[in-house]
Amino acid sequence: MQFGVFSVSDITRDPVSGETPTEAERIDGILKIAVKAEEVGLDVFAIGEHHNPPFFSSSPTTLLSHIAALTERLIVTTATTLITTNDPVRIAEEYAMLQHLSKGRMDLMLGRGNTAPVYPWFGQDIRQGLPLALEHYNLLHRLWREDVVDWEGEFRTALQGFTSTPRPLDDVPPFVWHGSIRTPEIAEQAAFYGNGYFANHIFWPTSHSKRLVDFYRQRFEHYGHGTRKQAIVGLGGHAYIAKRSQDAVDEFRPYFNEAPVYGHGPSLEEFTKGTPLSVGSPQEVIDKTLTFHDAFGDYQRQMFLIDHAGMPLKMVLNQLDLLGEEVVPVLRKELAARRDPESADAPTHAGLVRAKYGDRPARQPRPNANLGDNTAGDMPYQDDES
Amino acid sequence: MTVQQRRSEGAQPFHLVVVSGGTSDPSSTRMLADRIADRVHTLAEDRGEQVATDVIDLRELATEITTAIVSQLMGPKMARAIELLGRADAVVASAPVYKAAPSGLFSSFFHVLDNDLLIAKPVVLAATAGTARHALVVDDQMRSLFAYLRTMTVPTSVFAATEDWNSKELGERITRAAIELLLLMESGFAEQVRSESWRHYQHEYGSAGGTELDIDLSSDLMRLATGGSAKPNRKA
Repeated sequence: MQFGVFSVSDITRDPVSGETPTEAERIDGILKIAVKAEEVGLDVFAIGEHHNPPFFSSSPTTLLSHIAALTERLIVTTATTLITTNDPVRIAEEYAMLQHLSKGRMDLMLGRGNTAPVYPWFGQDIRQGLPLALEHYNLLHRLWREDVVDWEGEFRTALQGFTSTPRPLDDVPPFVWHGSIRTPEIAEQAAFYGNGYFANHIFWPTSHSKRLVDFYRQRFEHYGHGTRKQAIVGLGGHAYIAKRSQDAVDEFRPYFNEAPVYGHGPSLEEFTKGTPLSVGSPQEVIDKTLTFHDAFGDYQRQMFLIDHAGMPLKMVLNQLDLLGEEVVPVLRKELAARRDPESADAPTHAGLVRAKYGDRPARQPRPNANLGDNTAGDMPYQDDES
Repeated sequence: MTVQQRRSEGAQPFHLVVVSGGTSDPSSTRMLADRIADRVHTLAEDRGEQVATDVIDLRELATEITTAIVSQLMGPKMARAIELLGRADAVVASAPVYKAAPSGLFSSFFHVLDNDLLIAKPVVLAATAGTARHALVVDDQMRSLFAYLRTMTVPTSVFAATEDWNSKELGERITRAAIELLLLMESGFAEQVRSESWRHYQHEYGSAGGTELDIDLSSDLMRLATGGSAKPNRKA
């Protein structure tokens, strides 16, 4: 079981101090948050992708490779990478590069993105969002598994004899999560390929997220990747922790009340009752998180949103202390005790290498010589077979 | 179930749901809705049928409706209202008219429902106002909202301005609307449309109040999800 934090990279006015951080301050802050996540014993850090203010994260792989260089154990990932407006060829290249630089301490989560104006900025059409996401992933999947790809589709220029470089580390593609809150086709695609399925699990009640997780588990088994229990499920969650329950509510309320998306709507109490949000003492957050396991069964990754709506860096770092020292160790113990031995392990590069090669050495692609026209021929690697 | 079965078994009453946008207590908007519902009851009894009525007073849902608009979170009272409407055989929808339009509370409630929750259900539209100058609000505005929701609105609208409450004509219009509603319920139109033609309407996963959970694994998109082509399926 992996625990981590995910950020949407919003730069939001602190409703208590009235201050809005600069982009430079927030970007420095996110590095401190990621490094601290490793220090307090968390496993994963994820960043979103946005292409407009008030967000900064337009270039996730640049940020994540820097974080990987500052850390030793932490897995860096996305929440989410836009599979619609990004060219899948660029995703294949950039994330394979990140995989090499992080020595495999990375994966990625694919999402469609819901900001309509972004699509035309990248030459796409939001009305085609779903087919675009599905077709782009079909291509991405091949680019990481076949040295030479011939491809033709509806949404992108055809490819003839294309090789995405660098080849994935150890010739093992990065692990992919498909994120979705209400689209059965995305859950089906995750199941078809035996990839992970991630439910954002923030604004919607647990019962809502459970429908598609159950569908994904059933289809994962249908496609022969393992039993339902062996499907790979990740969940989001939103928490605010203080030593005393009432302090958590008092400290968090001004941020909740002003938060984009749900601020000025439901009360903190209503939202806590009706959704996975937990605000309270470490024990209260532990108890609520364990109800996720009651609903979903064994799952592989739990992510917490702890830094949005203008919360100052100091407050976020304090959240990480409480999460790492008081909440996650108990959750690890409790969830390990509940765990069915049949359930899948959380995905890691080492695990994927083991699954592919067993005790054999991993493939290490070496390109053929430059033919003089800056290419290495139809079979570009020395071990490619005709 | 056919009308004959319903009558002979006598056990399964029609389920009528009253939605009232009235905000005072007692409210004339609620009173108008109740008069329509009562008339439906009486007429049904005369024909050997039973009607069970549930009431959704939007006043009690006011904060949950605004919450649903800004955050998509459905509170427990909204959840109950959606559940009642989902299994209603017919609806009486009654709104106060404020500024030449049905009240925002009333409209907002219907705006946050799933588009497919009320498909084909018979509906009586009713409205109250302080002046007869608002009389066309029902036909001009409410009827288009309910057309969007693909409901079967009865031909007679019921509108009551202050001066109408004492008039015999209002009572007659109520009777007309009630008979129209009852006949549409008896015909089984909604049930039949929903059982025979449900897939021809647009749905989203989890729509129809969380009951629309069928997944078509043979669609073009599903083919694409499982490695196929996005090109339209060209039949030879």
